[in-house]
Amino acid sequence: MARSATVSQRRRSSTHESFLRHKGFLFLKVAVFVCVAAVAAYFFQHARPRPGGGTPLGYFLGTVGAGLIVWLALLGVRKRAVSSGHYSLKAWVSAHVYLGLSLIVIATLHTGFQFGWNVHTLAYGLMLLVIASGAIGVWAYVALPARLSENRGETTRKQMLAQIQSLDELIHEAAQGFPRDTAAIVRISLEQTDIGGGFWRRLFEDYRDCANLRALREIEAAQRTAGAHEAKALGEVAVLMRRKGDALGLARRQMHITALLEAWLFVHVPATFALLAALTVHIVSVFAYW
Amino acid sequence: MSETFRIAIVGSGPSGLSAAAHAAAKGISHVLLEKTDHLSDTIYRYQKGKHVMATPAQLVLRSDCDFAAGKREAVLEQWNADARKAGVNVLYNAEAKAITGAKGDFSIALTNGDVIKAETIILAIGTQGNPNLMRCDGASLPHVQYSLDDPAAFIDEHIFVFGGGDAGIENALGLAADQAQANVVTLVNRSADFARAKEANVKALMQARDNGRITILAETTPSLIEAGWVTVDTPQGSARHKCDRIIARMGSSPPRKFVEAAGIAFTSDAPSAFPHLSATFETTTPGIYVIGALAGYPLIKHCMNQGHDVVEYIDGRTDLKPADEPILEAKLAGLPGRMSVSEWLEYLRSRVEILYGLSALQMREFLLDSDVRAFRAGETIFERNMIGSSLFGIAQGSVRVEIDPKNPSNTVPIGAGSIFGEVGLISGRRRGATIRAGEDCIVVEIPRTAALKLMAQVAEARETVNRITTERQILQIFKSGLAPSDLEEVLAGAQVMEVRPGQAIIKEGELGDDLYIIRSGSMIVEKAVGGKQVFMSYVPAGSYSGEMAMIDGGPRTATVKAAIRSQVVRLPADPFRKLLARKPDLDAKMRGDMAARRQVNAFVEDQKDSFDGVVDMYSSVASFLIDQGIGEATDVLLIDESLCVGCDNCEKACADSHEGLSRLNREAGKTYAKIHVPTSCRHCEHPYCMTDCPPNAIQRGPDGEVFISDACIGCGNCQRNCPYDVIQMDKPPPEKPGLLSWMLFGKGPGPGEPDKAWREKQPKPAVEKGKVAIKCDMCIGKAGGPACVRACPTGAAIRVSPEDFLSVALLDRGAN
Ligand SMILES: Cc1cc2nc3c(=O)[nH]c(=O)nc-3n(C[C@H](O)[C@H](O)[C@H](O)COP(=O)(O)OP(=O)(O)OC[C@H]3O[C@@H](n4cnc5c(N)ncnc54)[C@H](O)[C@@H]3O)c2cc1C
Ligand code: HEM
Ligand code: HEM
Ligand code: SF4
Ligand code: SF4
Ligand code: SF4
Repeated sequence: MARSATVSQRRRSSTHESFLRHKGFLFLKVAVFVCVAAVAAYFFQHARPRPGGGTPLGYFLGTVGAGLIVWLALLGVRKRAVSSGHYSLKAWVSAHVYLGLSLIVIATLHTGFQFGWNVHTLAYGLMLLVIASGAIGVWAYVALPARLSENRGETTRKQMLAQIQSLDELIHEAAQGFPRDTAAIVRISLEQTDIGGGFWRRLFEDYRDCANLRALREIEAAQRTAGAHEAKALGEVAVLMRRKGDALGLARRQMHITALLEAWLFVHVPATFALLAALTVHIVSVFAYW
Repeated sequence: MSETFRIAIVGSGPSGLSAAAHAAAKGISHVLLEKTDHLSDTIYRYQKGKHVMATPAQLVLRSDCDFAAGKREAVLEQWNADARKAGVNVLYNAEAKAITGAKGDFSIALTNGDVIKAETIILAIGTQGNPNLMRCDGASLPHVQYSLDDPAAFIDEHIFVFGGGDAGIENALGLAADQAQANVVTLVNRSADFARAKEANVKALMQARDNGRITILAETTPSLIEAGWVTVDTPQGSARHKCDRIIARMGSSPPRKFVEAAGIAFTSDAPSAFPHLSATFETTTPGIYVIGALAGYPLIKHCMNQGHDVVEYIDGRTDLKPADEPILEAKLAGLPGRMSVSEWLEYLRSRVEILYGLSALQMREFLLDSDVRAFRAGETIFERNMIGSSLFGIAQGSVRVEIDPKNPSNTVPIGAGSIFGEVGLISGRRRGATIRAGEDCIVVEIPRTAALKLMAQVAEARETVNRITTERQILQIFKSGLAPSDLEEVLAGAQVMEVRPGQAIIKEGELGDDLYIIRSGSMIVEKAVGGKQVFMSYVPAGSYSGEMAMIDGGPRTATVKAAIRSQVVRLPADPFRKLLARKPDLDAKMRGDMAARRQVNAFVEDQKDSFDGVVDMYSSVASFLIDQGIGEATDVLLIDESLCVGCDNCEKACADSHEGLSRLNREAGKTYAKIHVPTSCRHCEHPYCMTDCPPNAIQRGPDGEVFISDACIGCGNCQRNCPYDVIQMDKPPPEKPGLLSWMLFGKGPGPGEPDKAWREKQPKPAVEKGKVAIKCDMCIGKAGGPACVRACPTGAAIRVSPEDFLSVALLDRGAN
């Protein structure tokens, strides 16, 4: 309308498009084109004695494949090297996903479907593993963010932890003057509660043995046998422990979803390193046997 | 006390102390009156250990007291020693209450009943003012205090904090923070809510209340204070509470009344105005001088130099050159004409219309902030679409405005004495036209803050700028070959109106055909569709509204209301219609705009019939964003939470491209329909943070980015003034090992803001740096643009301007 668009050389505004839709699926189109071209070349070639890595097309596809793999692996560096020039990690990821998938076609055609129990096929298998885990990652990136957002609402992780901490303080305060045995139970909740725990715990959100829960059960049991005055004091602590339980639940669900969002990377990245190693051996060995 | 002092100095801040020390050094009979029991109360009240900065660096210090950047404690100690050594005659606990008499025979009445006699008076009382006092019975008891230096100092007390502003809340939170202190803290607020306080503070307060740490008494006022008790009036009736200590933080009142009571005139009624001063700091009451922050110079070095200079002036050395002379000389070097600094000042003052009302001293200060530049005929002064908010005054020559970007030869001249560049000044937006020197010319470039200060101080300047602005803005909006003369009739009936947020200037269905120009702020257009108010469009500053009824007649077809506090100009319809009849180009252009707007409305309404939910979503997302203050942003970071995987790469990238500190808090902030507004600077159209920055360190960059320069002295004013809580005070962490050595050898903390533990383990730097204000600078100077956006792997983080984002494009979002 009355104001005109930006004229500065600097890129300022950004388009509201996910990495999958980046630039109207540009890299999907590129990947499809590359695959179609590779398939066409494969069928038009006259490979002697048969198609495979040793033919001219084989060498070509192998080189393209290896180049792609190295480039794909460099995403790990790109992600962390914040330089000041023009780049968009979103564009990188978009290209990474689609060109990564195109490797299935490129590498397979390179092999000429000659598989065996050797390091070459190991490299191929590792590549498929990396790709498969990447595909799971894409699923996670599409499916999980909404849950992440819904779970936390407008609460930040810091606030979640602060909430738990302030409940701890209140529990501590409310338990002043408790006899030794009940005070010991309260201390279980205060001292032994593990908010997140290890990776597997987070991944499976398994907190059945949560110290706060255990302490709460025992307080509830003590409440049933206590006198009226004492029961009231225990009841106050129990209410606080239930609130702490809720707060823990929220924080743990957040960590659970985050763990789901990262779990696949624990395959994707180590397998990438294994792949790079196997690929090196593969390439060195084919030249060594020449 | 019957002695009559040659000079009485009121206030022992850097300016007053320096004056007293110089008087002492010259052996002039003097007295330094200080209302507290220590020197320099403003600096005394800085936070413990605050790093005091000594800017501007190029200014030499001319004072009998020493001053260098360093810790608050060291600075104060130095001054105490200097005062003792110089033999300054200080009277502590001597608060001046009233000044009577005339030059040669003044009487200063103190609050303790004493009267001090003096021939001349130097007022150096700063701008901090006096805290508003408790007024109920018992308010003078010793346990009522107006400041809180160290919340950790009180143990096991019943403490009442009065005041629901940030200061009161922060004090209450501080007192209740450590449970081991076992204080029982009550916060008393006169109103029902905490509208004046920051959201983060209110949140923390509510949490403290929910956890039983702080009791809040709302709509409550004190009625009686006794030793150990306080009685308050609550909505439920009167109540008496145990109370060992009262901390009253009910704001402060500026010292203006006291100053005016001595007969001293201020430059205007604006709250930001300063006293009228001569080139020797003399006020309109002869014999009374004003220096320091009260004179409009908030930096300590300036204050100290003035203390020295004013004593020289009083002692008769009126030819003394001020210490900023070399700075001005350097500024004016390179210009044609070979004039002295004072000749230049007079030359500019007498030629540029908006400077006519300035005194010689104001001119000096004004020029310290501004620049004088010479251009050869044809040289470009600025280009269309550049961001710039400075105002230009033409001292000599003339400039040509290229009103039609397609045809550079179509120009309008602006002559000597007038101003240009005022549109950016009013709305903080891009330059609307290219301006070149028409002939060789000399112009003063006045930065936005200096220009606003000028307008606040000098009524003539304000009126001139307002008149010219309205005329030019209208010309700018309608272009189409209009000349100022075409607008005379329209402008005769023009009316400038302030509009509150949410207030409607046009109501759907009502009769009315006036046209509105949005001068600052922004508007939203709403329409009732199917019984609901549906958001139609966003109208930014520099645009107009109300043309449909004006052109086509009939009742208003939509409601136009302010998204934020705005200023509009109402133009009566009849003269405008006459103008349209005379100018077919303008008529065609406006009809074109109108058709485009109609189309948008029709499109939204159409969607409403078929996709009710989509339009509701669009409308409610737009309202949410407006509620978040997006209407005053120029560029805002949004996170689409349906895409954000929580990797925090945005924060890490921000930290890694900015000395290791992230200027964005991804998780904090409000969310609606998966659109999240994180805590990060929005580069407001009218940045609140800029309003009160002593060294003028907050500026607008070439792309509209609001950034803080190295001149920041860490006073924290901007942090308090920003309503969006995006400024933090911190010092950069030590340098990390490089990325490669982290990736290969696991050295250092890795990407992102290093954690506290790592920071503390690093060796301390040789020169300790102070905390300064840290905020998003929109990655100024980085060719690739904002790092947060570039580093987001999924496309969740986007930076948008409101007019692009709050458009029908938002409809697509609901649709997929
Ligand atoms: C938090 C903060 C940080 C800052 N950091 C810096 C910095 O790092 N570097 C920098 O250059 N500037 C800084 N400033 C600005 C600077 O401190 C002030 O502008 C400066 O102190 C002003 O000096 P002054 O002498 O004019 O007045 P003040 O320093 O305000 O002194 C006024 C004195 O007068 C006394 N007084 C007031 N009324 C009366 C009365 N009626 N009778 C008797 N005595 C009276 C007061 O008690 C006080 O001692 C900072 C300001 C703040 C608020
Ligand atoms: C620079 C890159 C590459 C070169 C020069 C190369 C070379 C070759 C050659 C010469 C062969 C034929 C070996 C033979 O016939 O005995 C071959 C086969 C093969 N290559 Fe590659 N290759 C490259 C990259 C890749 C990549 C990226 C993969 C997959 C991850 C791959 C997987 C295979 C497989 C599975 C075979 C079949 C092994 C077999 O014949 O038993 N190669 N390669
Ligand atoms: C052999 C091919 C591939 C290699 C070597 C590879 C390697 C990598 C590496 C090194 C990373 C960086 C991880 C990190 O540092 O956090 C990464 C990230 C990722 N990869 Fe792959 N990848 C491959 C194929 C794929 C494929 C086919 C997909 C999708 C279908 C995919 C999806 C992803 C995604 C979504 C990320 C996360 C991006 C981010 O969050 O920054 N990858 N990959
Ligand atoms: S710091 Fe705050 S006030 Fe200043 S521009 Fe940014 S959001 Fe606006
Ligand atoms: S624009 Fe730059 S400075 Fe601002 S939040 Fe993003 S990365 Fe940080
Ligand atoms: S970089 Fe993007 S995906 Fe990662 S946390 Fe930031 S907004 Fe979310």
